[in-house]
Amino acid sequence: MTTNARTCPVRSFSVATLLAIVLLPGAPARAADTGDTPPIPDTLQQRIAACTSCHGVHGEGRPGSGYFPRLAGKPAGYLARQLQDFQNGLRKYAPMEYTVRQLPPAYMREIAEYFAVQQVPYARSPLPPVSAATLARGEELIAKGDPARKIPACSSCHGSQLTGVEPSTPGLVGLPYDYISAQLGSWRTHTRATVAPDCMAEVASRLGESDITAVAAALASRELPADTHAQPAGSVTPPLSCGVLGATGDPS
Amino acid sequence: MKWLRWLVPSVALLVVLALGWVLFGGSRSRPTPPVASKVVAATLRDPALIAKGEYLAAVGDCAGCHTEQGGARYAGGRALATPFGNIPVPNITPDRVTGLGDWSFEDFWQALHSGKGRHGELLYPAFSYTSYTKVNHDDALAIFAYLQSLAPVHQPAVAPALAFPYSVRNSLKAWRALYFREGEFKPDPAQSAEWNRGAYLVQGLGHCNECHAARDMLGGTPQDVHLTGGQIPMQNWYAPDLSARKNGGLEGWSAQDIVDLLKTGQSAKGVAFGPMAAVVSGSTQHISDTDLRAIASYLQSLPPRAPMAEPGTPFDARTLSTQGEKVYAKHCADCHGKRGEGVAGVYPPLDGNSSVTEPTGINATRMVLLGGFAPVTAANQRPYSMPPFAQQLSDGEVAAVVTYIRRAWSNKALIVRAEAVSDYRHTPVD
Ligand code: HEC
Ligand code: HEC
Ligand code: HEC
Ligand code: HEC
Repeated sequence: MTTNARTCPVRSFSVATLLAIVLLPGAPARAADTGDTPPIPDTLQQRIAACTSCHGVHGEGRPGSGYFPRLAGKPAGYLARQLQDFQNGLRKYAPMEYTVRQLPPAYMREIAEYFAVQQVPYARSPLPPVSAATLARGEELIAKGDPARKIPACSSCHGSQLTGVEPSTPGLVGLPYDYISAQLGSWRTHTRATVAPDCMAEVASRLGESDITAVAAALASRELPADTHAQPAGSVTPPLSCGVLGATGDPS
Repeated sequence: MKWLRWLVPSVALLVVLALGWVLFGGSRSRPTPPVASKVVAATLRDPALIAKGEYLAAVGDCAGCHTEQGGARYAGGRALATPFGNIPVPNITPDRVTGLGDWSFEDFWQALHSGKGRHGELLYPAFSYTSYTKVNHDDALAIFAYLQSLAPVHQPAVAPALAFPYSVRNSLKAWRALYFREGEFKPDPAQSAEWNRGAYLVQGLGHCNECHAARDMLGGTPQDVHLTGGQIPMQNWYAPDLSARKNGGLEGWSAQDIVDLLKTGQSAKGVAFGPMAAVVSGSTQHISDTDLRAIASYLQSLPPRAPMAEPGTPFDARTLSTQGEKVYAKHCADCHGKRGEGVAGVYPPLDGNSSVTEPTGINATRMVLLGGFAPVTAANQRPYSMPPFAQQLSDGEVAAVVTYIRRAWSNKALIVRAEAVSDYRHTPVD
């Protein structure tokens, strides 16, 4: 478990410092020298100790827990949008809502960009025991969908390698089973929503309980592609219209 | 028999409410249509008046209550949780159907000054008219002009969720008799103009007393209790005494510290957090320096109250503190300093910090559990943050570290026990 960022101020010095320099020319070095306490680095990483205590200093998440999601490498527009959705109460999780409730859009964007450029290897998370038939059903939903029930293929939006599409569609690879099934469930219980038309809520409402298990298990057990970067913008044509893809991470 | 303790006051409450009902009965009045108003429409369109009203509405933090999370400003659409139930906050944009579109200034004055709705119905004191009644006519007019200049938003109020007898507005008659004194602010000629301006803002639009004084069982603040500090019902934060009292007051704060806190969210003496963070971001950071200095000068003149009794030392205080010192060294000292001195402009000091030593220990405990960012203000747009420790530390460890910071250095406050930490863990945020 990571505690506060102070314990390892140098490890990801480069990215954080670069961001701080790029985004904040001439930021005052406020860190006063208080005798026996080392000076406080004026970096974004230091500022967001609250975030990194749950999501990891590099946004690696807490692989073992399956609940504190990884943020590293997710498209910046997607991350910024999530912060905005928590702030507006569209997406519910009390500690997240509390932490971001006051942050201005420019700061949220800067934080999103910090996590989007982090590169950390993916970790494997535990899978529940599922049958081969279940995995096969999951793979079918991912690649082909279920036309009879109007379920589009996941890959039609999340990219052929499921690594996401810039700037606002997240990847589905490397996510823990618990996290994927919890998110698909939260669209159905309206504790996760985003700007209309909320295409993922539509997709989730068409999935049955057993489909959720199947698709979450299939995604979580997939091997990672060699290149986990999101596909370029405009490389897919979503079969449903998504508000988040029309209006990217900007505040509405 | 815990419930027995509540039985007597509850019965007393019912008797008072019933009496109020019988004695005063219902009284309604007719709204004043805008055409019949003494204020002509052209006055309300005066840009200077509107600009003044915008400033005053920020001082009064009207948007803080009248805006839903993520919703249009001033359009209501949420409910305020009170110990008596959920009270919907109305839309005060000029929408004709769901807002103040058809209101005249006379109707508005009746709400702000007398706590009565457009039809004379009694308003719930969750709306801070107990303070706003002190606002003078010209300032009220400016606020009204500003609200009427907003784009109308169509948003009906949410349904109220109040239990009987609170669901009946007339039950407020008795409450008002006990706690509400209608009347504009009366300047004190013996005091300076600056002091009077500060008193007017603090007691009136600033409505500081609505949080910074303990409420009694009926949710009222007795007339002689002024800014003495108290626990905010439902929200479970302790709003400190605003006089210079020791342990939980502004002992040692200079006028500049008060101005800094209200303007930037930070000061040499401590930061704003919890509900006060929202007040700083939404309201006080927009107050002019002159008005902030007036507020500080008034607060600094508040009568020095008797210091709270020094707490005794329970037999286990030492063990708790020693355990807490270890937690502090490991998890807190990097930011707050080995001697609780903080880092100027970055991390607040914990030594001599009134929200660390306030009587209940709620603030420090919840701060450790929740962490979070310092308030966002124009002066601090990329604030530093504190990690939440709810998942990393057990109830016992939180109690130990909070006890330690409340008794280390120059601090001398009561210990906090693990059971209390466990309660605050379950307090909903917001
Ligand atoms: C108390 C722990 C905690 C803190 C502090 C916290 N988060 Fe989170 N965060 C979570 C959890 C748990 C979730 C998943 C919530 C859900 O189920 O939707 C989450 C979700 C997110 C998501 C959505 C991830 C996705 O893939 O959809 C983003 C982005 C995020 N957090 C960023 C942040 C940032 C930035 C901060 C600091 C400003 C922060 N978090 C602070 C625990 C935390
Ligand atoms: C029409 C396009 C579309 C389709 C089809 C689609 N998705 Fe999504 N998905 C999105 C978008 C856009 C988001 C981002 C949502 C947001 O910003 O709230 C998303 C987000 C998600 C997330 C959240 C990831 C995270 O890190 O929190 C999961 C999980 C997900 N989709 C799973 C699926 C699965 C499983 C399928 C197939 C059954 C699927 N999606 C099909 C567009 C789509
Ligand atoms: C602490 C929260 C709070 C603050 C601050 C607040 N209000 Fe309200 N206001 C309420 C609530 C709650 C009601 C509804 C009371 C009721 O239904 O009895 C209300 C009612 C009103 C009404 C009556 C509307 C109607 O439809 O009857 C007006 C007008 C009003 N407020 C204006 C203001 C103005 C102007 C300010 C700033 C100077 C302000 N309020 C600040 C909570 C607040
Ligand atoms: C990464 C730096 C960091 C660490 C570690 C940290 N804090 Fe903080 N602390 C802060 C910041 C920033 C604030 C201001 C937050 C705010 O305004 O909401 C703060 C605020 C506080 C406050 C409220 C101060 C006031 O002025 O009212 C208390 C009490 C507190 N911290 C105690 C602790 C304790 C106890 C620990 C260890 C368990 C700790 N902190 C660890 C950064 C930190």
